[in-house]
Amino acid sequence: MKPKVAFYWCASCGGCEEAVVDLDEDILKVVAAVDIVFWPVALDFKEKDVGAMPQGGIDICFINGAVRTTEQQRMALLLRAKAKVVVAFGACAQLGGIPALANLTTAAEILQEVNHTEQAEGLPRLFDSVFPLDRIIPVEYYIPGCPPTPRIILAAIEALLAGQAPSLSDHALCDECPRKDTRPPDLLLPQLHRIPHYALDPETCILAQGVPCLGPATRAGCEARCIGGNMPCTGCFGPTSRVRDFGAKALSALASVVAATEEKEIDTVFENLPDPAGTFYRYSLPVGRGLPPAAARRGRPTTTGEPYGNHT
Amino acid sequence: MPDAFEPKIVAFFCNWCTYLGADLAGASRLKYAPNARVVRVMCSGRVDPQFVLNAFARGADGVLIGGCHPGDCHYQEGNYKALRRFRLLQRLAEQMGIEPERLRLEWISAAEGDRVRTVINDMVEKLKALGPRRVGQGPDRPVKDLAEVS
Amino acid sequence: MSERDGLRIGVYVCHCGTNIAGTVDVRAVAESAAALPGVAVSRDYKYMCSDPGQDLIRQDIQKFGLNRIVVAACSPHLHEHTFRTATRTGGLNEFYFQMVNIREQDSWVHEHKGAATRKAIDLVRAAARRVARHRALEKSRTPIHPAVLVVGGGIAGIHAALTLANAGKHVYLVEREPSIGGHMAKFDKTFPTLDCAACILTPKMSAVKNHPNITLWTYSEVTAVEGYIGNYKATIARRPRYIDEDLCAGCLECIDACVFRQAKVPDEFNEDLSRRKPIYVPFPQAVPLVPVIDPEACIEFHSHKCKKTCVTACGERHAVNLRAEEKLERIDIGSIVLATGFRAYDARRSANYGYGVYPNVYTALEVERLINASGPTAGEVVLRDGRTPQTVGIVHCVGSRDENTNRWCSRVCCMYSLKLAHLVKERTGAEVFNFYIDMRTPGKGFEEFYQKLLSERVHFVRGRVAEVTDWALDSSEEGRLVIRVEDTLAGLFRRIPVDMVILSTGLEPQPDAGDVRRLFNISSSPEGFFLERHPKLAPVNTFTEGVLLAGCCQGPKDIPDTVAQAGAAAAEALALIDAGSVETDPNTAYVMEEACSGCKTCVPLCPYHAISFAQAARKAEINQALCKGCGTCVAACPSSSIGQNLFEDDEIFEESEGLLAYA
Repeated sequence: MKPKVAFYWCASCGGCEEAVVDLDEDILKVVAAVDIVFWPVALDFKEKDVGAMPQGGIDICFINGAVRTTEQQRMALLLRAKAKVVVAFGACAQLGGIPALANLTTAAEILQEVNHTEQAEGLPRLFDSVFPLDRIIPVEYYIPGCPPTPRIILAAIEALLAGQAPSLSDHALCDECPRKDTRPPDLLLPQLHRIPHYALDPETCILAQGVPCLGPATRAGCEARCIGGNMPCTGCFGPTSRVRDFGAKALSALASVVAATEEKEIDTVFENLPDPAGTFYRYSLPVGRGLPPAAARRGRPTTTGEPYGNHT
Repeated sequence: MPDAFEPKIVAFFCNWCTYLGADLAGASRLKYAPNARVVRVMCSGRVDPQFVLNAFARGADGVLIGGCHPGDCHYQEGNYKALRRFRLLQRLAEQMGIEPERLRLEWISAAEGDRVRTVINDMVEKLKALGPRRVGQGPDRPVKDLAEVS
Repeated sequence: MSERDGLRIGVYVCHCGTNIAGTVDVRAVAESAAALPGVAVSRDYKYMCSDPGQDLIRQDIQKFGLNRIVVAACSPHLHEHTFRTATRTGGLNEFYFQMVNIREQDSWVHEHKGAATRKAIDLVRAAARRVARHRALEKSRTPIHPAVLVVGGGIAGIHAALTLANAGKHVYLVEREPSIGGHMAKFDKTFPTLDCAACILTPKMSAVKNHPNITLWTYSEVTAVEGYIGNYKATIARRPRYIDEDLCAGCLECIDACVFRQAKVPDEFNEDLSRRKPIYVPFPQAVPLVPVIDPEACIEFHSHKCKKTCVTACGERHAVNLRAEEKLERIDIGSIVLATGFRAYDARRSANYGYGVYPNVYTALEVERLINASGPTAGEVVLRDGRTPQTVGIVHCVGSRDENTNRWCSRVCCMYSLKLAHLVKERTGAEVFNFYIDMRTPGKGFEEFYQKLLSERVHFVRGRVAEVTDWALDSSEEGRLVIRVEDTLAGLFRRIPVDMVILSTGLEPQPDAGDVRRLFNISSSPEGFFLERHPKLAPVNTFTEGVLLAGCCQGPKDIPDTVAQAGAAAAEALALIDAGSVETDPNTAYVMEEACSGCKTCVPLCPYHAISFAQAARKAEINQALCKGCGTCVAACPSSSIGQNLFEDDEIFEESEGLLAYA
């Protein structure tokens, strides 16, 4: 009997779903190998269909997107109840992702600013905060990326179908970056540049050119695709397993290699980094730093999934 | 009547200057507010921004980093590295809703026991004026919502 | 989590008599610790650092099978070593220990018992969580290079150098001035015995010159120091004196031959009371007895048109070399003795005493030179106009014990003022007045000397002098200096006319003490004197291992104390050398090789160049011998692939979270 697989999305842009389709002909291999029992984006399923499933009726459930509404929370709990294995798929499910930058403000403020309204009756309610999936339900495995690359998706699915844990690199991106050798060992930056205002050399280490690149802090495995497109790494694969707080470490590393010593000079350099939170926490604002004390999590056991676990 | 607010300060002091300054304050029997708890590190350059944000996430009302004066670092220039990180961290913290008064970097030498006293007293005073960090503010904001979802 | 299987922590809360127990409820702290996860035994005890206190730890390790120890007592800077040793001798790795400072940073600085106790409880909780993460580590041993650098050639440096050299150790003695001897060389007599300063100092100076184990570099300064205890490397810049020390025979004919027939340059050694030539020896007993050319004053260095009679006078020896250049010497040493001395307070800063305005107001150092037989007046105490003073006033505490200038007591001024009073009276028969705030004579023979002066009919007026003025109110004051003072014993204001005023200036740190401090990586107290490791138990050590202090650079002191301290510094250096090696804390950083991505963020951050990029592995590498353990690279590593022994991330996280974890 083919394994029963479910796909679901929460707060996300749809890119993760897109990434699955982007497997090209390999998608056919996947489809042939599994029995898709729930995939609302592609096939017509309703919540009640899931409700009708027996416990364990789903072998592997891939959920992408962060959780920010009561509906997403309800669906996550429901899928958890039915699935033997839940995989947090993509940066939003794993780390909160871009939607979680909303945590810099409140739901009420966002509704006012964007929709000029308040929380509406009868619609799913927005939480004040956006959560990574494992803050709502226990998660067995994580597939990082915004979105995950075809190679990493396929490898993960193959591993899962073989009953194994998907394996990921635990190095930072520099390890596999084609420009690794072009970073001088004594690099100290006299100034920083912003992408829109700077013509990047396509061969040289991007950080060495003074443009913040988060590759040194970010888990490898994406084949340095952004670097290949001559853009800096923004950190979508999240940190390595040893790091608790991605943003703080990325910030520390970048600030450490700024050459200035006087307070004023230092501030001048950082003027070209107008949005530290958006730069360093683009994908991981609620993770690590935001973990509440263990007591608040009691009664909500979380499986420490590979590769990115909860470090309480 | 509720207890008066007593801010909790986590202080990361370097071994050679500020920690010794705090020892000197003790040897001189200077009296200051009992709100700070010191974590000793070898150099202010050892203070990882992770430590700072984690302290806030765990309920600190303020974080104080103490290092040697510029030019006086026991390790030559660790304090400059601390300064660079601090300047950027300060801006990040503000975006997160952590007021600048809650995160301080001070240069205090081994001889400045009195400065340990004045800095801690001043910080406590400012934090008392600010009040406790509001729930939903800064990095620990998800706590409130989690209680809702539970 | 810290509740690891088999974790058995012993917590010990010290009373330190009443030092801690007076403000902190030590029983409550111990009881609260007993409830912490992993704590097997928790006690409070009167004096943990005592033998029975340490035995308690050792016995408990055996009895309760403890595998982690926490002691809440004083500063780790005081007793961390003691308790690590107790932990080790009790059978555990000594790094399974964590110290909690509840004295200097708790009981001594807080008054409210409840608050101080709560703080202690938090700190102990943090330590218990931290210690759970500790790993067994080994101290590393560093060999001690047997040579010693002594900086400063005053009596402190001379004595330290000779002590070390006599013990068979090689010493590099570096002096900034053209001759060693320091301030002591300027004195005529020393208190309270009135023995001749030159007679006791000069033999030691020659001994330095002739000692096979001493390399003496005068007119030289240390410009760079790197390394660490046992393995310092110093660079010494030897300024050109333009007379080759090896070739010069000390005949001094070049000085006679100088085209300057008259000496025209103010003589620093004589406090500018006399003149010297551009080529000169600072004083007749100078060591080395080799002239030096002052390029500021010498015509050749300005016009290049001098007849160079000095070169001619030297003849075949060719010792005079006007093209000599600065030479850099690089040396390896294992330890350093700093004996850089003091400077006298600049009396111009106390404008009310008229120094620099009235010619007959002198500083004590000037009068030392006047009294000295080899000084500008060959030992005669005469005023600038040649008159012998009939009445002399000595003003104590100039630049000492003064809120407006320096607050500290300079320790030597009372005694040298008495000495000067005696000598001036002896040489001139003048009537001598001492104006003092308190007479401080706590030394062997000091009080007796004071009594002797009283019997010599020297006048003592108790009161801080308000002003020295030439504004005469009557004919008896006309043409003289008037000392205005409140006589606090007689209870009246007085005006005492004198011919000569001597200002007993205090001792200050050298003007460049801050630079020297940074160069040798040590601390100073607020006024600028170098800071000793412990005021009582480590008075010659600094917080930088292997850097020792001697003499007035550490604080004002007299010659006997200076010599004693120099001997102690030499003994500390000898102890290091004879031990052969020293144990250092293993708080070094290390790269987790399998984890490192080779991003090179850490490489430029190390001030000691301990981090390199290994080309073969394409990863960072830390040289353990060069790492000093600051941890900057650890904080910077973006993938947390660098750890630091004793200060691991998880240890610091646990500690800071422990502080904030409330029941």
